[in-house]
Amino acid sequence: MTQGPVTPELERAAEKAESRRGLLIGLPAYAYLILFFAIPLVLVFVYSFASRSSTGLTVLEDWNLDSYRRLADPLVIEIFVRSFLLALITTAICLLVSYPFAYYIATRGPSMRNILLVLVMIPFWSNFLVRTYAWRVILGSDGIASQISQVFGGEPVRVLFTSTAVLIGLVYGFLPFMVLPLYAALERLDWNLVEAARDLYASGWAAFRKVTFPLSMPGVVAGSILVFIPSLGAYVTPAILGGARDVLLGDYIVSQFLAARNWPFGSALSFGVMFVMLLATIFYFRVGAKSL
Amino acid sequence: MATPAVELVGVTKRFGDDVVAVDTLDLTIEDGEFFSLLGPSGCGKTTTLRMIAGFEYPTEGSVRIHGVEMGLKPPNERPVNTVFQSYALFPHMTVFENVAFGLEMQKVANADVETRVRRVLDQVQLAQRADARPSQLSGGMQQRVALARALVNEPEVLLLDEPLGALDLKLRQNMQYELKDLQTRVGITFVYVTHDQEEALTMSDRIGVMSAGKLLQVGDSHEIYESPTSRFVADFIGEINLLEGEVTAPGAARLANGSEVGIPPGHPSAGRVTLALRPERLVLHQVAGAVPDDRNQMRARIVRRTYYGDVYFYDVEAGLSAPLEVKEENRPDVVTHAVGDEVIVSWSTDSANLVSD
Repeated sequence: MTQGPVTPELERAAEKAESRRGLLIGLPAYAYLILFFAIPLVLVFVYSFASRSSTGLTVLEDWNLDSYRRLADPLVIEIFVRSFLLALITTAICLLVSYPFAYYIATRGPSMRNILLVLVMIPFWSNFLVRTYAWRVILGSDGIASQISQVFGGEPVRVLFTSTAVLIGLVYGFLPFMVLPLYAALERLDWNLVEAARDLYASGWAAFRKVTFPLSMPGVVAGSILVFIPSLGAYVTPAILGGARDVLLGDYIVSQFLAARNWPFGSALSFGVMFVMLLATIFYFRVGAKSL
Repeated sequence: MATPAVELVGVTKRFGDDVVAVDTLDLTIEDGEFFSLLGPSGCGKTTTLRMIAGFEYPTEGSVRIHGVEMGLKPPNERPVNTVFQSYALFPHMTVFENVAFGLEMQKVANADVETRVRRVLDQVQLAQRADARPSQLSGGMQQRVALARALVNEPEVLLLDEPLGALDLKLRQNMQYELKDLQTRVGITFVYVTHDQEEALTMSDRIGVMSAGKLLQVGDSHEIYESPTSRFVADFIGEINLLEGEVTAPGAARLANGSEVGIPPGHPSAGRVTLALRPERLVLHQVAGAVPDDRNQMRARIVRRTYYGDVYFYDVEAGLSAPLEVKEENRPDVVTHAVGDEVIVSWSTDSANLVSD
């Protein structure tokens, strides 16, 4: 290190050295993401323009848009709409269930808060697959749900292998992803603002509608995106709890790669879904930001 | 006589089992008055204000506003508005929307809302910034929005919780005048909570001094400063010298250094008394002959001198439990003393006060 007065050149050199050190810290994450995320994504993108040979093999020539054209196929649209609606309903139910609960947690004392937050996270301690399989036992024709119905003189119900079962499984699986961002937003809320609203003649409900809810919008947006996106592409839950009739996007894409061996179409489907997710996210952020 | 704006009768607030925030408080605030609740943090003044606003309910006791018992009424059903210490402006609304909030909640017709909001924004000189977000305004402007937001509702009582606390000194002084002018103009009763004695003294019609949940003394600025009745009030407001003495005869007491001094009437016939003396009521003399006969006097020595520009503060050792503080103006006709100088300290008996512990 040179000792002496600083000149603009020395200052610039020092700043450069500082930013190089910053890059070094980010390097492991960059390497990981490029290797296991960016490169595979590029591969999928390239494959989506490839063509198939008569024997069903993927041929990396004759680049075309056929796979993308197939996205307009009524069957694909139907699967997409079904998945989209299911993800939308899942998100709505998660929001309705989580908001009061997150509000409840955020308004407790510090020790109670921590206990409740740990309780929210406990499900993560056991495997998602195992927990989803457990729902098979509950929702099956001789499961608890059906037994309860029979106790009250009802018919045996079989929820398993229907869209309802998938919905239950998705809400169950993604609920914590809604609770946590909502909690974070409500916990940050300046409760003086709510008092100010009450002071300015707002009823409890009006204060919530005009102040609490708009100010918790960042949490609502973050939670909704965290639930909607994985729900739209969900594979495990529909595969375990869903029926063969109501095919969903995740399952459909997997079947293109494995059963149908149509990699170009599977790749195009993946990109189509990602594009819609991107649009939905941007739209949601815009709406969310406007209300702020 | 008109009904008082606010009456607190036997109001106690306990948090949990052992924290008593406010202890059997009785207080009457007259209509149109600028009343300050003054005290150190944690003395219960903010809790008292919050009980008037309805953010807290008393554990027991009665809060009445213009004679109407408030009981367990929620804040939105009370004819009062609050200016919060942190302003609590709604960050997702414009200045206009913030100010209009209370009127809209009261279902005032839209045209009226518009005119009333414009008028009050004019009053606080923020008409130009009606469409700005609170975060785009300076602290002083935010403060005025908070004020406008409360005043637009024309409340019977305006509650202010240290509203100037977050402003810097110059701005705070300007706002003190503005607030006082505004209060005189609109004629609304102000209940003003502060820990700043200067603020309380300059603005208030009357001041209530609180400590540890109790109201120690209520009076106008002059009374509170000149005639504190307790050691706490004397010590909290301004600078004070507290002199311990033993009553020797009617109107006389002996201090720890053996001096016999006069004490004001109303003292016990025997036993210990505490005299409170303001530093500016003490006068330093170079020679004993210069002191008029009717003044108390004692020998002393300067141990420290602090220069404040407009005044000198002297610490004067006179053989008492602590050095006396003397404040003398920095004027050509007032002699300046140096550390180590032998002097005479004098004061007149009627400028001293007897205070309880």
